[in-house]
Amino acid sequence: MGIRSQLTYRLSFAATTFGNLAATAFDFVTILLMFSQVRALGGFSLPEVAFLYGTSTTAFGLTDLVMGSTERIGSRVRDGTLDVLLLRPAPVLAQVAADRFALRRIGRIVQGGAVLAYALAAVDVDWDPVRVAMVPLMVLSGGLIFAAVFVVGAAFQFWAQDVAEVQSAFTYGGTTLLQYPPGLFAKDLVRGATFVVPLAFVNWMPALYVLRRPLPLGMPDGVAFLAPAVAVLCCALAGLVWRLGIRSYRSTGS
Amino acid sequence: MHGEAGAFIELDGLEKVFDVRRRVGRFRRETRQVRAVDGISFRVARGEMVGYIGPNGAGKSTTIKMLTGILTPSGGRVRVAGIDPSRERTRLASRIGVVFGQRTTLWWDLPLIDSYRLAHRMYRVPDARFRENLDRCVELLGLGDLLHVAVRQLSLGQRMRGDIAAALLHDPDVLYLDEPTIGLDVISKTRVREFLRDLNRDRGTTVLLTTHDLQDIEQLCRRVMVIDHGRLLYDGGLAGLHEAGGSERVLVVDLEHEAPPIELADEPSVRVTRVEGTRQYLAFPADRSAAPLVARVAAAYPLVDLSVREPDIESVIAKMYGERADA
Repeated sequence: MGIRSQLTYRLSFAATTFGNLAATAFDFVTILLMFSQVRALGGFSLPEVAFLYGTSTTAFGLTDLVMGSTERIGSRVRDGTLDVLLLRPAPVLAQVAADRFALRRIGRIVQGGAVLAYALAAVDVDWDPVRVAMVPLMVLSGGLIFAAVFVVGAAFQFWAQDVAEVQSAFTYGGTTLLQYPPGLFAKDLVRGATFVVPLAFVNWMPALYVLRRPLPLGMPDGVAFLAPAVAVLCCALAGLVWRLGIRSYRSTGS
Repeated sequence: MHGEAGAFIELDGLEKVFDVRRRVGRFRRETRQVRAVDGISFRVARGEMVGYIGPNGAGKSTTIKMLTGILTPSGGRVRVAGIDPSRERTRLASRIGVVFGQRTTLWWDLPLIDSYRLAHRMYRVPDARFRENLDRCVELLGLGDLLHVAVRQLSLGQRMRGDIAAALLHDPDVLYLDEPTIGLDVISKTRVREFLRDLNRDRGTTVLLTTHDLQDIEQLCRRVMVIDHGRLLYDGGLAGLHEAGGSERVLVVDLEHEAPPIELADEPSVRVTRVEGTRQYLAFPADRSAAPLVARVAAAYPLVDLSVREPDIESVIAKMYGERADA
C-alpha cells in the first residue's frame, strides 16, 4: 500500500530514487579518492576496506529498506496518528515498515552489494569453508543488530519525540563508522562500539577474522563467532524496550 | 458467549493519570499529575447502544482509547469481550471497530476501495463475508460513486461514511464511535444515525458513542453515561437524566388580562420565571404531572391558552456540569 501511495506521486518518486542512488554512490567514491593518494588506510588495502564497506553497507541497506521508516514514529506519536496503527490487528512495527516501505532505499543495497562483490573477488585471503560461511552470516546478523538499533531509537520516540537525529547518529553514522578499519578510531570509540552499542559485531569483529587480521581491542578470534548471538540478544532487548515504549504512549487529546 | 452473560465491556475503577510537565521560570520544570480518568466503573451488555457524553477534556476519548488498547490504564481493570485491551491489543483488534470523528483510519492517498481491500487482508475476513459486508455498507451509506475516489478528495461527510464502513467490514462485536457526527451537515448526520440504528438492530452490534451532539443520543441511545473530570456523574436512561439534573418543565399560560405573577398556596416548587404582558411562565419539577397544576391555575385565573414545554437535555447536562464545578 505504501508503495502504491508513493507511486501516486510519480515525479517525486523518480526524483528521490535518483537522488538516493547518487548520494550513496558518492560514499564509495570518497574512499576511492583517498586510495588515489595513499596505498593503505590504517594498514588496510583497497579490497580490504571495500570488504568492510560492502558488508556494512549491505547489512545496513537491508535493514534500512525494511526499518528506515521507523524514524517517522516520532512524528506519528506527536500528531497522534499512531492511534490508527494501534487499532489494527498487526504489529505496529510491521505496519510502520510496510506503510512507508521506501523502494528508493534499494539503491543502497545495490551499491553495497556491488562493492562487496568487488571486494570478494579482489581481496587476498586464504578462503576456508568457515570464512566463506561467515560472509552471509555477518551480513545477516549485522542487519539484525542495525534493526535493533532502529527499534530502540523508535521506542525512545515515545518518551522524547525529537530523538530521530540521535537515532540517525547510530544508524547512518554507525554504518559510516564501520566502513573504515577500527584502527583509525580512538580506542574509546571502538570500546563503545563493542560494549555499549555493539556495532562492532556487524562487521569489524567477523570481518577482521575473515581477513585474518587481529581483532580490535585484542579480542581473541573466537569473539567473531559471537556476532549472531549478539544480534539475537540485541533484538530481544530492543523488543523489550519497544514494548515499554508502547505502554507509555500517551496519544493526543480527543 | 462470554464469561458472565450481559457484561461485554467491563470497567472497574479505571484510571489514567498523565504527567504534565510545565516550565516554571527559565530552567525549572514542574510535573503535575492530571487524572484524565479517575476511577470509572461500568458494564455494557452485548447489543446495547450507549451514549457517553461530557464536556471537552472530561475523559471520554481517554476512556475509549483504553478500551481499544491504545492507552495503558494507570490503574483499575478493563475487559472487553474478556480480553485485557492493552495486553492483547492485536487479538482484540479484530473484534472491535473504531471510528474517530477527528481522524481517519483510511489511507489518505489511495481510493477508498484500496483501504477496504487492505482491511480485508489484514483482518483476514473470509471473501464471501467481506463482499457481503462491503455491499451492504456501500448500499446503506451511499458509497457507490466514491469507491474509486482518493480519500483526500472526499468531503468530510463522505469520508466519515467511508470510515464507518471501514470499521465494520470485519464484523466487529463492538463499535466505538468518537464524535462520529462532528462537523457533518444535517443530511449526513441523519444518514449516519439511521445506519447506526439499523446496524444495532439487525446485527446486535454493541455501540459506544461519544458525542457533543445530544440529538445523536436522543435518537440512538436508551442509556446514557455522563462523565466530567474523569468521573462518572450519571449512568441510566435518558429520562432519568432529567431527574438527576433537577430539570424543570415550564407551563406557559396566556391569561385574559394582565395580572401580577401567579401565586399558588403551598406549592413552593412552582414559581413564575417570566411575565410577558398577559403571558406567564411557570417552572415546575420535570417529574411532576402538569394536569393538577393546570387545574389549579385555571380555577384561580381566566385562561385563554396554555402549553407545556419540555426541558431540553442540553440545559439539563449543562446544569449538571455546573453543579459539579461548584462542588
